[in-house]
Amino acid sequence: MDRRIRVLVAKPGLDGHDRGAKIVARALRDAGMEVIYTGLRQTPEQIAAAALQEDVDAVGLSILSGAHNTIVPRICELLRAQDQAEVTVIVGGIIPDEDIPALKRAGVAEVFQPGVSTQEIVDFLRRRISEQTFKS
Amino acid sequence: MARLPHREASADPGETRLSEAERRWEENVLKPWLAKVPERKESFSTVSGLPIKGLYTPADLGEFDYARELGDPGDYPFTRGIHRTMYRGKLWTMRQFSGYGTPEDANRRLHYLLAQGQTGLSIAFDLPTLMGYDADHPLAEGEVGKCGVAVSSLEDMETLLAGIPLESVTTSMTINSPAAMLWAMYLVAAEKSGADWKKISGTLQNDILKEYIAQKEYIFPPQPSMRLVVDSIVFSVRETPRFNPISISGYHIREAGSTAVQELAFTLRDGIEYVEWVERAGLPVDEFAPRLSFFFNAHNDLFEEVAKYRAARKVWAYVMRQRFHAQNPRSWLCRFHAQTAGCSLTAQQPMNNVIRTAIQALAAVLGGTQSLHTNSLDEAWALPTESAARLALRTQQVIAYESGVTNFADPLGGSYFVERLTRDMERACWNYFERIDALGGMVAAIEKGYPQREIHEAAYAYQQAVERKEKTIVGVNAFTQPENQPIEILTIDENVARRQKEKLAALRLRRDAARVQRALEAVGSAAATDRNLMPYLIECVRAYATLGEMCDVLRRVFGTYQEPAFR
Repeated sequence: MDRRIRVLVAKPGLDGHDRGAKIVARALRDAGMEVIYTGLRQTPEQIAAAALQEDVDAVGLSILSGAHNTIVPRICELLRAQDQAEVTVIVGGIIPDEDIPALKRAGVAEVFQPGVSTQEIVDFLRRRISEQTFKS
Repeated sequence: MARLPHREASADPGETRLSEAERRWEENVLKPWLAKVPERKESFSTVSGLPIKGLYTPADLGEFDYARELGDPGDYPFTRGIHRTMYRGKLWTMRQFSGYGTPEDANRRLHYLLAQGQTGLSIAFDLPTLMGYDADHPLAEGEVGKCGVAVSSLEDMETLLAGIPLESVTTSMTINSPAAMLWAMYLVAAEKSGADWKKISGTLQNDILKEYIAQKEYIFPPQPSMRLVVDSIVFSVRETPRFNPISISGYHIREAGSTAVQELAFTLRDGIEYVEWVERAGLPVDEFAPRLSFFFNAHNDLFEEVAKYRAARKVWAYVMRQRFHAQNPRSWLCRFHAQTAGCSLTAQQPMNNVIRTAIQALAAVLGGTQSLHTNSLDEAWALPTESAARLALRTQQVIAYESGVTNFADPLGGSYFVERLTRDMERACWNYFERIDALGGMVAAIEKGYPQREIHEAAYAYQQAVERKEKTIVGVNAFTQPENQPIEILTIDENVARRQKEKLAALRLRRDAARVQRALEAVGSAAATDRNLMPYLIECVRAYATLGEMCDVLRRVFGTYQEPAFR
């Protein structure tokens, strides 16, 4: 596989806690992926537009504010509407267990809760995206 | 092979030269001992990565002048505390940060906490409020009432504070970019409840510099933001002499992943920046410096934290006396609030957080804090439930009334280790000051991204150390359990947003639209001059202009801020 995995790391909503997003962005880069970090306070529309423009394989959303149930499904919907249903969406942050099934139904591939190692995120993306490349 | 305790930690090689006796001890006693009984690890360090030796002796302090390094409690440079008798005279204020949902929800929680024996209030606002948006703004979607209470207008503020005696209960408000507007609401609400501005007391966080550095809830660019801070400090000194118009905060810097030294240095350097700006606005230092207050993190490493608080008092006293030539002894005091470290809480095995919080709270008390918030065990998952918030408060009460640590001042003073660590942190702090001064001060350093980069490097190094298991986190990378025990979690539904939007819509219809318009226009014109904005914002609030409307006017005049791109 020649092409490096391309990931958009995004901070939707009004939350300014970017410690996690920046650590994940750097860890994915250190693992050889190409990472585009959107910076803070991006609307779902801005994130979807960036995903399209950057032609990414995955979108990583970091939310610690509790707004995930509103914001994440909308981003998944916008990705599908622009024919990017195959883009792997992962979410990290403060996400209670009981919210996970609905997020997965909305199109999220995996939710990474507090305490996860960056290696687990790297491994997940590699596995998932190589499977998709194989399928297509 | 286990290394010998090392000496590189010092900034001054002259002082750490091994004495002949120490050298002999290492050679003849320690080395053979380590050959038989190796240490558990190659090296030992604080949670911030500061190397720690196995033993500290008088040699680590060299020439140690008690009066110069410490002073008695209540004496310059206040290393041992700002009061003569510390907690024998008065315990710290137990001030639990609280706020969620509608102003009605939050008001109920505030009354509950007071009924449980809490001695001061601390209000958490939701993200739209922190960012200067009304609850009905499109960007507020999904965020209303989630991270704190939603306050868009004077009406919300009056509901939030209903029934609270504002002349006797002190209130702290965690609000920064729109601090001037929320404070105007507080002042008008206090006035309407019959409280005298000269008698009310509390603290406005109002620390915009740490927003650019760490917490990232900024609206306007640094220069006009600093002007708002200066305006509120100047106004406060004149109109509300018992209020603390700013709480210069290291808490968020630490939460963003800094080391303890970076927290100390960046916070105090922010303090220097504020003093310089207010002085430039024409206020003599002794008129406002006694009203400056600080806010530090209380993290896991007990002795490192105690050393940090002690170093903070000492450095600030030196700064105020020597750099700013303050004459009033009250100007020399680093009075601070502490909060246990939210970032140390684990989602795994959440009950363990009770223990972490207790140790962190003990550090803050041993370090001489004036006020304390203890986090709740469920906060790696959500805002705290009532029972979790009560347990957090009980943790403070057990330390205060049962542990005995409040019986005398500065219990750890005189420990070779703590004194050495205090001095090392102080020196590291002066080194950071030099670097930031060389960059042209803190605003310039922020514009260059300097503190942001330093913190990110520290955060990444910490994460890697955890992943390599060099740092143990119980329940996360060691002593794990396959299943998490479920705990009760507070959920805030979208009805909060709906109710807030309805109230706002009704308010917009009910108020005197022409008066609102005039007041908002006056803010816009005043913002373009150097007039103090507080009276203009207060008139807006009286007219029931909303937070979003006031911030929109200033967004047009000041512009908005985007931080320099992260690589």
